[in-house]
Amino acid sequence: MPETLALNAAEFPRCCDRCFHSPERPCRDLVACLESGPLCHEDDACAAKLTARREAAMRLTGGNAVVYVGTGTCGLGAGAAKTLRAVRAWLHEHSHEAEIVEVGCIGICSYEPLVDVQLPGRARLSFSRVTEEAVEPLLTSLFNGEVPRELLLGQLRGEGGEPWPDLPYLDEHPFFAPQTRWVLANCGIANPDSIEEYLARGGYRALARALRDRTPEEVVKTVEESGLRGRGGGGFLTGRKWGFALRTPADQRYLVCNADEGDPGAFMDRAVIEGDPHRLLEGMAIAAYAIGATKAYVYIRAEYPLAITRLRRAIAAARAYGLLGDNILDSGFSLEIVLKMGAGAFVCGEETALIHSIEGRRGMPRPRPPFPAARGLFGKPTIINNVETLANVPAILDRGPEWFGSVGTENSKGTKVFALSGTIARTGLVEVAMGTTLRDIVFAIGGGIPGGRAFKAVQIGGPSGGCVPESRLDTQVDYETLKGVGAMMGSGGLVVMDERTCMVDVAKFFMDFIQRESCGKCIPCREGTRHMLEILQAITRSRGREQGKTALERFQGVIHLQRLARVIQDTSLCGLGQTAPNPVLATLRWFQEEYEEHIFERHCRAGVCAELRQLWIDPDKCRGCSICLKRCPTGAIIGSPRQPHTIIADKCIGCGTCVEVCKFDAVLVA
Amino acid sequence: MLTLQVNGRPVQARQGDTVLDACERAGIRIPTLCHLAHLTPTGACRMCVVEIEGQRGLVPSCAFPAADGMRIETHSQRAVEARKVIVELLLSNHPDDCLYCVRNADCDLRELAAELGVRGRRYFGSKLDYRLDTSSPSVTRDPAKCILCGKCVRVCEEVQGVGCIDFNGRGSRTIVGTAFDQGLNVSSCINCGQCIMVCPTGALAEPNSLPQVLAALADPEVFTVVQHAPAVSVTIGEEFGVRYGVDVNDTLTAALRQIGFDRVFETSFAADLTIMEEASELVHRIQNGGALPMMTSCSPGWIKWVEQSHPDFIPNLSTCKSPQAMLGSLVKAWYAERQGVKPEKVFTVSIMPCTAKKFEVGRPELSRDGMADVDAVLTTRELARLIRMRGLDLQKLEPEEADQPFGERSTAGKLFGASGGVMEAAIRTAYFLITGKELEELKVQAVRGLDGVKEVSLEINGMKIGAAVASGLGNARKLLDEVRAGRKDLHFIEVMTCPGGCIAGGGQTLRVPLEAVKARMQALYAIDRDGPVRTSHGNESVQRLYREFLGEPLGELSHHLLHTHYEAREVVR
Repeated sequence: MPETLALNAAEFPRCCDRCFHSPERPCRDLVACLESGPLCHEDDACAAKLTARREAAMRLTGGNAVVYVGTGTCGLGAGAAKTLRAVRAWLHEHSHEAEIVEVGCIGICSYEPLVDVQLPGRARLSFSRVTEEAVEPLLTSLFNGEVPRELLLGQLRGEGGEPWPDLPYLDEHPFFAPQTRWVLANCGIANPDSIEEYLARGGYRALARALRDRTPEEVVKTVEESGLRGRGGGGFLTGRKWGFALRTPADQRYLVCNADEGDPGAFMDRAVIEGDPHRLLEGMAIAAYAIGATKAYVYIRAEYPLAITRLRRAIAAARAYGLLGDNILDSGFSLEIVLKMGAGAFVCGEETALIHSIEGRRGMPRPRPPFPAARGLFGKPTIINNVETLANVPAILDRGPEWFGSVGTENSKGTKVFALSGTIARTGLVEVAMGTTLRDIVFAIGGGIPGGRAFKAVQIGGPSGGCVPESRLDTQVDYETLKGVGAMMGSGGLVVMDERTCMVDVAKFFMDFIQRESCGKCIPCREGTRHMLEILQAITRSRGREQGKTALERFQGVIHLQRLARVIQDTSLCGLGQTAPNPVLATLRWFQEEYEEHIFERHCRAGVCAELRQLWIDPDKCRGCSICLKRCPTGAIIGSPRQPHTIIADKCIGCGTCVEVCKFDAVLVA
Repeated sequence: MLTLQVNGRPVQARQGDTVLDACERAGIRIPTLCHLAHLTPTGACRMCVVEIEGQRGLVPSCAFPAADGMRIETHSQRAVEARKVIVELLLSNHPDDCLYCVRNADCDLRELAAELGVRGRRYFGSKLDYRLDTSSPSVTRDPAKCILCGKCVRVCEEVQGVGCIDFNGRGSRTIVGTAFDQGLNVSSCINCGQCIMVCPTGALAEPNSLPQVLAALADPEVFTVVQHAPAVSVTIGEEFGVRYGVDVNDTLTAALRQIGFDRVFETSFAADLTIMEEASELVHRIQNGGALPMMTSCSPGWIKWVEQSHPDFIPNLSTCKSPQAMLGSLVKAWYAERQGVKPEKVFTVSIMPCTAKKFEVGRPELSRDGMADVDAVLTTRELARLIRMRGLDLQKLEPEEADQPFGERSTAGKLFGASGGVMEAAIRTAYFLITGKELEELKVQAVRGLDGVKEVSLEINGMKIGAAVASGLGNARKLLDEVRAGRKDLHFIEVMTCPGGCIAGGGQTLRVPLEAVKARMQALYAIDRDGPVRTSHGNESVQRLYREFLGEPLGELSHHLLHTHYEAREVVR
């Protein structure tokens, strides 16, 4: 059952003592009043109070230090909970009255746990890798006036008080400098649990203005003019999609936020919700207003407990403030937002499957048309947008479509958030202007491949996407260009791979993922992807395991691979099926020679495919200790004690146990 | 009207047509494996993909609305190639046991493979291994042969409103199964067999009862008695090349005798008997304040459904046994003795258009002293196999009359085979029982035809009697909901589990168009129109049975032999 969130204890924000509004008597100017009020009367005392309130929310006043701990899921994974405890203990021990604020992830995940410290009156400083043990030395030296440079990432521009002379700014750090942080503006900076802070940073201004000054048609037009396209993969013009729903006559329409982020290596939505949930809520409220929906769902993975908690708190706070619920800001527009937890089926990211899942049915796609915008959830016009798309909306309304369109390329406007992972120096969440090259993302922001190894490919767009090789690294990220190199924007997963990666193995990994996550409904996807996987498995199989006609079948499989891929693309029911062969096609396109090596020479140049590994013992190094002989699981090693041993290739399965146990490095891998 | 360009020729389509509809009407056959007329298209099998100008990929014609000016290629190289690959993919994960398969002669998948010229295995790899589910007396499931078209799931849910089976698991491990993947016997399956009727392969079939029957026939010590249901004689001819809607009642009798049955009876006789009891029960309930509306009890799928899903209506069910059970009971309890045969040496066989009857005969209430009233149930399909096995040509046999005393029937009893027939027969007799007169117009048009719910209200001796007929449990549910919500004008409700009644039962000939069902219905109506005896109470053999043995309807002996009881049932769901 979807759960309706109860109103929590947060109170209705009366802007000043003379304010007579209440949840029952909402104020249409609430947001503006909090920003620059009071509006309905002249009173210096009230104005001063409001100013103080904003400054308190921004932590610009007050004599206490503030310690920010990044407790997003990535931070927690790196030990932020222990760091937080250590910070508390240290402050308690030293009787410091410092305020502790938990924030989301600022994006540089590989430097977690991140701790920011804002000493009274000074600019906020950001420190990396502040593990439990590092807390004491850090805080001790800071509170003694020493800034430990080795942990310092930089000072935050415009956060806190007086800047530190001689200290670098965080936005000059190579990870942050090339970024354009719009959606992520507050992530890791602001307290996600504080609606006051979001308001103080200009939040809900766009919603208030839209409700007061614009018709739904105007909002749709603005979003369409901005050129915002769906950030969930397809890249359809968001405003145009909204228009379809708005123009479909109905007694009820629904907005659904798709937070069922399922691509391997993708965590953009999670980070946005954990770091800045109110931005999503504001975007949803604007979208719901634009399409005429009074009920909205957030379909979110149950595996995102922290995001769910923060979103739940944010919804409760927004309701208490009258920014959600009945008659929002006295506009006559009402919106209820319901959380619906997904059980982790990849296919439920597909619109119609997601709709089925919310309806309480098995998450399986259905044919389109009818499109959800015409007939969706419970048979009503439904707009499904992903988290990042909706999170872009407030700024578009606030600053205008021209501002949004000023960044990006001809057909892809604005920014895109990517989750950078794999063998790369700096992993994390990055937001770049559309049109930034992959090279800039991988090398400038991500810091390139660690350990001096060579770059091989970057996988972009999740299972439906593709792998881009070194030779195409100057590809700009925008919807069309990426398609041109056999990849796709997808939701924003970016997995960097170095020379130790086998591309056949990568294809195998994704095919395995796809065939396991296929909903099982349509035959080409269900049966076809399994066969594609089996063909790949056959390619990476050793000769020793082949009997009868399997060698012939292995070749037959290869011959049929492309035809099979074409039919799957051509006939599958939903987008997932239609793009299911991409992992194979994209790797085949740029790494055909690796496939050929596997097929014809049974050789894996990366040494990843265990069965194809050829191991041999260097007789000059082998002392005949027999350890490898005893440990070999298939009895493939022969030899007399104290005499050089030999590996029988036909019996060897390439598991590498002998390599691990040899004390003399005598086992070589070819 | 819309005009499409299909394969370069203009094709007319109606507003709301799918591309498939329009092409089919124009005589262009596009193969499908998952399409079910009148149900929501699921677009699962992708066999019906066609090329439509302006569309990126191939488009499933079953789900794509036709639009004016649309240019379609139904059998382009690309579309046919895709279909072939799809069939090859299905075959790659299908047991290669066509020679032994129950559906070897009428398998959609095999025919498509032949049509598309699949002549070799192109995709190798693992096949998924599944357990056969033989737990149910009515339906055997072989998931290894299942191609996951989902027709059974949709029929079970959308038509029958039962929802016993659904997709379990994901990806290539997806399987159609019951709740918690338990046996069908403990599930909410009502045994109706409608899933078998739509299954394109041998994944669903009725358990084979022929071996028991053959063994009994071969045993000289055993006295074999066969009865066949009203809907069988208007269907079985189809299996032997007779056109739809021809009644072969008497040649069927001849065939059954040649097969070796010692006695051939007609279930329609027992239908007349049922009407005597049931109409009396109705009159009794109305006059004595019994539970109303009374509901019929001849359809065993419906009975199980009430027991498991709507037990609050158990008091409303007529206590009459179903006709086949009444006859079975009479044969063993009375007729055997008259023939000087010990009841335990009698083997009774029912030939039914129904799979649920196989379940029904196993109900402990329908046995005496541990001996079932009916020993084996054959479906119409099994009967056809038996006739073929014995080398009989149904078209060439000389007609013969059924044995007495259970060979005579009124045409009212025969009407049981179609939805509304029980109602029509009951109205005729109830009117007679109340007024002592015959209805002027015996035909009750309002309860005829294939509509899911039919209603009629009559005035008998100044009393207004409301009656409703539902076929297909999805339709029955609507009526039950109305009654639950307080509807009071209904006194009698007939429910047939299968849409259209027994003529479309789950044991009938497979893969026939709706026209066949309509023709069978018309055949029954024609029999009624032309029959000499058109009321159950006019059946002289029935009256003689009451005089010589049973006494009165609802009397002591009737109570023991012809009535039963029901209990709420727990099922896994």
